[in-house]
Amino acid sequence: MTEGGEGVAGIRVALPYHLRTLAKIESAEVRLEVAAPVTAKRVLDVLEARYPMLAGTIREHGTGQRRAYMRIFACEEDWSHESMDAELPEAVAAGREPLLILGAIAGG
Amino acid sequence: MSSVRVLVGTRKGAFVLSSDGKRKDWKVSGPFFAGWEIYHMKGSTVDPNRLYASQSSSWSGQVVQRSDDGGATWNPVNNNFAYAGVPGTHQWYDGTPHPWEFKRVWHFEPSLTDADTVFAGVEDAALFKSTDAGATWEELKGLREHGTGPQWQPGAGGMCLHTVILDPSNAERMYIAISAAGAFRTDDGGKSWKPINKGLKSQYIPDPNAEVGHCVHHVAMHGSRPNVLFMQKHWDVMRSDNAGDSWHEVSGNLPTDFGFVIDVHAHEPETVFVVPIKSDAEHFVPEGKLRVFRSKTGGNEWEALEKGLPQKDCYVNVLRDAMAVDRLDTCGVYFGTSGGQVYASADAGDSWTPIVRDLPGVLSVEVQTLA
Repeated sequence: MTEGGEGVAGIRVALPYHLRTLAKIESAEVRLEVAAPVTAKRVLDVLEARYPMLAGTIREHGTGQRRAYMRIFACEEDWSHESMDAELPEAVAAGREPLLILGAIAGG
Repeated sequence: MSSVRVLVGTRKGAFVLSSDGKRKDWKVSGPFFAGWEIYHMKGSTVDPNRLYASQSSSWSGQVVQRSDDGGATWNPVNNNFAYAGVPGTHQWYDGTPHPWEFKRVWHFEPSLTDADTVFAGVEDAALFKSTDAGATWEELKGLREHGTGPQWQPGAGGMCLHTVILDPSNAERMYIAISAAGAFRTDDGGKSWKPINKGLKSQYIPDPNAEVGHCVHHVAMHGSRPNVLFMQKHWDVMRSDNAGDSWHEVSGNLPTDFGFVIDVHAHEPETVFVVPIKSDAEHFVPEGKLRVFRSKTGGNEWEALEKGLPQKDCYVNVLRDAMAVDRLDTCGVYFGTSGGQVYASADAGDSWTPIVRDLPGVLSVEVQTLA
């Protein structure tokens, strides 16, 4: 697996600032190779395998549920309330669009 | 020459404040983990370069950071605090059953004998232990599974286990405190626990003999007298001379006995420090004056220490883990405020100087005395 390399196929994942800092990721996006069918669960499995410090920060330990204030967007649509096992849009699977993981706009 | 390192957790990051034994000139490092809440940082007495930090946010939950070089660099370790078995329920604010849910680490207490062993007090209340420097965590489930667990109820800050005290003369004995369940003691290394709340009186608990339910804010002990405990309860400053088996009030002439912090002088086990707060409705110092109160008689008789502290228009709070003492010959005392000031006294409280004035709100202060 490689990160941010030009011309490398794979899923693009954009993480919020604090999680990039935690994982010492300097690029705006990370690229992950995820086996089809590409789902949020599979993307997060690969992400957490490469960056173990992110385990528990996007989804809960144990239940695997999305943390309440984390949001998942794909192709300008909110996928936060979809099943983690739902297949993501083809544009995300093909790497044309990133999977966006965001902190909800709440608090200060 | 000796030196000190003050570890400051704030609402928006961590800071390390360093000075030589004179404690006059300070180097400020940080912010570390900028933007995150740092509920607590503490160093090992076995290996002072080994530090633990509790980093959390409402968005991304709990992260545990460890430093092996005195705070210069940090690396995240395991953040999975899984309750043992099926955790069951405690009481919610309205008295209904509520499932136990991990929220954050409030306090790390490194072992007195092994640099790789550390205890973590967490919300919802439970005690975890790591024997591999944070690589894995295991709950000491005997506490949560104490028969009173379903009666425990959160305080305003959540149902947090915020105080962990290790007895330096008895490795099997530990004290912990939970808001708002009360204080507990183990005499078998954490396998079983006994509530130690006799003598505590709380207005909101009709039963004067209630075993649990008291909102204990903090407990302090002097290592040379591990059977003597001092407690800042929601209201009331209390003392026990029998390892918590019974308590009596020592609020004496304090202007108000509500507060959060309490600590004991490093070399004088009868000298105790508190910072009275106006009330449970108004969480700031009374009369606009920031004053530490010191008793040299183990309570009851208190003197106001105000030299160097603001005595006008001051409305800050000092939270439960935001005071610490160093072990230099003239005991240093440190505390941090909700207004972001960290004050130091190099003369056991007689006079105070701000180390920093404008940090984010301070959640915790610990100090390491380095050879």
